[in-house]
Amino acid sequence: MFASNPPLFSNPPHPREVIMLSKRFRLPNSASIDTFLAHGGYQAFRKALEMSPDEIIAEVKTSNLRGRGGAGFPTGLKMSFVPRNSPKPKYIVVNADESEPGTCKDRLLMEYDPHSLLEGMLIAARAIDAKKGYIYIRGEYRYLIHILDRAIEEAYRHGYLGRNILGTGMDFDAYTHSGAGAYECGEESALLESLEGKRGVPRIKPPFPAQVGAFQCPTMLSNVETFCSIPYIVEMGGKAYADLGVEKAGGTKLTCLTGHLNKPGVYELPLGFPVDLLIHDVGGGIPGGRKLKAFIPGGSSCPVLTAKECEGLTMDYDAMAKRGTMLGSGGVVVMDESTDMVKVALRIMRFYQHESCGWCIPCREGTTWLRKMLQRFDEGLGRRHEIAMIGELAKNMLGRTFCALGDAAALPTISIVEKFYDEFERKLNEVSIPVPAPGPFPVLNDPPPLGAGS
Amino acid sequence: MTFSPQLEARFAKMLASYPPGRQRSAVVPMLIFAQDEVGSITPELVQEVARRCGVQPVQVEECVTYYSMLRKKPLGKYHVQICTNISCLLNGGEELWKRACAQTGLGHKQVSADGMISLEEVECIGACSWAPALQVNYDFEHLVTPERLDEILAACRKGDYVEKAK
Repeated sequence: MFASNPPLFSNPPHPREVIMLSKRFRLPNSASIDTFLAHGGYQAFRKALEMSPDEIIAEVKTSNLRGRGGAGFPTGLKMSFVPRNSPKPKYIVVNADESEPGTCKDRLLMEYDPHSLLEGMLIAARAIDAKKGYIYIRGEYRYLIHILDRAIEEAYRHGYLGRNILGTGMDFDAYTHSGAGAYECGEESALLESLEGKRGVPRIKPPFPAQVGAFQCPTMLSNVETFCSIPYIVEMGGKAYADLGVEKAGGTKLTCLTGHLNKPGVYELPLGFPVDLLIHDVGGGIPGGRKLKAFIPGGSSCPVLTAKECEGLTMDYDAMAKRGTMLGSGGVVVMDESTDMVKVALRIMRFYQHESCGWCIPCREGTTWLRKMLQRFDEGLGRRHEIAMIGELAKNMLGRTFCALGDAAALPTISIVEKFYDEFERKLNEVSIPVPAPGPFPVLNDPPPLGAGS
Repeated sequence: MTFSPQLEARFAKMLASYPPGRQRSAVVPMLIFAQDEVGSITPELVQEVARRCGVQPVQVEECVTYYSMLRKKPLGKYHVQICTNISCLLNGGEELWKRACAQTGLGHKQVSADGMISLEEVECIGACSWAPALQVNYDFEHLVTPERLDEILAACRKGDYVEKAK
């Protein structure tokens, strides 16, 4: 069986880490059911079997657990939206399509503790009366499909999956489902389309998946880390879990430290952890003693912050919102003073252009247009009126698409142009380009300049 | 078309895992697992998956053209996928990509004449904390130095790169 070598977690854990979700990572053979059972595994599920569905949902609400995939929606509320008395079958769907640039945390949960994901699914299934659950996992994570398949097999053998689980009359089946390379399939409604064997394009919302989800049935769809957190909430109680974090955001979060850092890695930190400590203590500081220039808190879809904006900032949903960005998926990207922000903006836009599913025109055309424009700046061929135009174009994409991919492309771009305007100015083409002689057909002119003339 | 007994067993399990009448769900996973055995998505494979899932071939075809890991032409025995997305970019991913191109004389999605190796510049593969990273088929390579890249490419060309995550 494949195992990452060296392991993906820090060993020993950083002293500032709060070890909960990662408590079994460092055990030998941690993915096996024997290790899991010897270290408290499936105890929370046994406890949940004694609780009513309403009690489980109430605990999750009290815990202030918010979705760990990026949007940060309160999980308890999401569970309560599933109509339990519906005559249709209900489904659990796990979003393991981790592909937000900067994010690599779900890999650890699935590689080192796959049974905790199954336990979270089982508790959620008990709460919403679901009989089947699917783990939608990105195609690139093939080795994790094998690990999860083996864990599922073990769980069947030990009576935690299948018919009449532990003699309680509960039935639940779990399956893995492989994607095949599409960032868009991490968006919940596109994921459901993909799960049904179609192109991964988003659905119009509402209805949300809780009402009309997988196979047109009520569905609880959440991120891997969200499901993995549920057993701990049941075990310690919603209140104790909430107390680990800050107001309106409970618990711990696996945080991926990436970019210009001495000790990048995945660390389990409580919600509300200070950004300064995150970079300079846990992350080991910036190599060569260079200064911080820009900071992305949770994947490339979040607006970029400057070093000054990071002062006194903490890693929680509301603190980030106050500074005009998002906590996102926990994929932190640290950029030092040597970073070329035009190059960063271009690379981010190239990604969204490649991954736009093409369903909504503002996103499909907007990302292509912006990519071309940023490419010109990167080559030192920018024109002054285009600096403003990049921002204008991006703003025209906001809120005009079915899903958030259009916004995810626009938001970082807008923030980079606004906060690092001078870097775009340095990439202007000061040499006038000779205008070719008009040919036999009318030649379309450049669009009129926006704002101050060029 | 017939596949290996292991793959047939996987397909049987797969088709049974979706609710009755929802076998279309198996299209994408079936395509990617079959591609690993066949080498690419051939017209016969499209027909076969359509038949097994009870859909029209065009419904399979529209998935083939959408998902970036599905391909109609075979790639190298070792498909080297180098990430140049943000976290890798900041840690030298672009330099690795250029080095790999120069070393092999190949470009994006090109295959060597002997079919041993192909290159692709890919989007985020989920190894951001261990950047720069790449994948050889399904194997992850973390914190790749230029020297390690040269070793990987040499092993692929000779055919002795050891795959663990197949």
